[in-house]
Amino acid sequence: MASLKELRARIGSVKSTRKITSAMKMVAAAKLRRAEARAAAARPYADAMRRMLAEVGRSVAGEGGQPALLTGTGQDRVHLIVPMSSDRGLAGAFNSNINRTTRNLVLRLQGEGKTVKILPVGRKTYEFLSRDFADLIIGHRHLSASKEIPFSSATELGEQITSLLEKGEVDVCTLVYNQFRNVMTQTPTEMQLVPLALPENDNTDNADVASYEFEPDEGTMLASLLPRNLQVQLYATMLETAAGENGARMTAMDNATRNAGKAIDRLTLTYNRTRQTNITNELIEIISGAQAV
Amino acid sequence: MSIKVKIVSPEKVLFAHDADMVVMPGSEGDIAAMPEHAPLMLTLRGGVVDVYEGDVVMHRFFVAGGFADIAPTHCTILADRALKVEDVSVDDAEARLAALEKSYEEADKMNVPALDILMDKIQSARAEIEAGQSSIPSMSI
Repeated sequence: MASLKELRARIGSVKSTRKITSAMKMVAAAKLRRAEARAAAARPYADAMRRMLAEVGRSVAGEGGQPALLTGTGQDRVHLIVPMSSDRGLAGAFNSNINRTTRNLVLRLQGEGKTVKILPVGRKTYEFLSRDFADLIIGHRHLSASKEIPFSSATELGEQITSLLEKGEVDVCTLVYNQFRNVMTQTPTEMQLVPLALPENDNTDNADVASYEFEPDEGTMLASLLPRNLQVQLYATMLETAAGENGARMTAMDNATRNAGKAIDRLTLTYNRTRQTNITNELIEIISGAQAV
Repeated sequence: MSIKVKIVSPEKVLFAHDADMVVMPGSEGDIAAMPEHAPLMLTLRGGVVDVYEGDVVMHRFFVAGGFADIAPTHCTILADRALKVEDVSVDDAEARLAALEKSYEEADKMNVPALDILMDKIQSARAEIEAGQSSIPSMSI
């Protein structure tokens, strides 16, 4: 049985832990709101981009000589995997989900005899993967440490992927990221970036409109749209990761706060019982001492 | 009769309003979007987008390249980077231009696609300086 002093110290320590976790939860909630607002602000561009790409794609469908970003290199030998995690931990299973999904994917592809290269984004997944697959990693980047993720970070990553593809160093590119479903749920998702599946045109406003003219011609247009589209997709997943990270942290910290509360209750109960026992013992000693006289 | 104009950058929607005419810098020449314009998609070079209501320029934006989607009832401009002309900083743009020209000097002259990209960026920076300078007199009024 722990002494009263020890119990008091433990209660104190769990109480400060609860303070920290509940503060972290509050911070994560505020950051989540901001991240969600940013993700919503970036959506119109992505939507318009998808619409244009669908339109251009429709008019070049079936023509040869299309850019590698759209069709791939025609081979299926070297796979580039881009896992995207957060830079910081304490967000529940958010990062370990990405790590596990990535590792399974790497092992599966290697089992099929493919060459795998990894380009991790985010510190957590880089640290994890550099233990198991250090020789496969061809570089890494962190998400921005600042509050806002600038579009330029997506541009740089997109350009790096594009140039790897154009040099023929990779054939297929897959992104592993946490899809943001809601604050509670983030689903690790594999998304194939290259070759790209052209989006269907879901815009009904344009259905009755005669087909588009292009200036410059469709091919040039497509060649300049595709890299931008890749960057926009990367940017969207970065924002989604930022939102998901904070959502996951909020949930994790909420649980931690609740658990700390339970632990405090339990410890307080033990503390009071111990105190009572001690008092009772002392009384018994006094009384039996008095009787013996 | 007016068209719905939207100017969006990757980060956010900059401008969404009805207008009578939008003049934008197409990569192959300036183009005006007006109601009942035939559907057209084009790439943009760096330059200034003028939004007209009636015969008056109501809003001016600098865009650093991008795409535009023109249709009979709407006009969407997807800018790589966009800001109000009043907010253009000539000093920033000049610093960027100097850096770009330096990297152009150092660039591999055989790598034509890379040079093209650099040239586009230099053109865009020059257009930004011009846009910034043109806005100064109107601000002093």
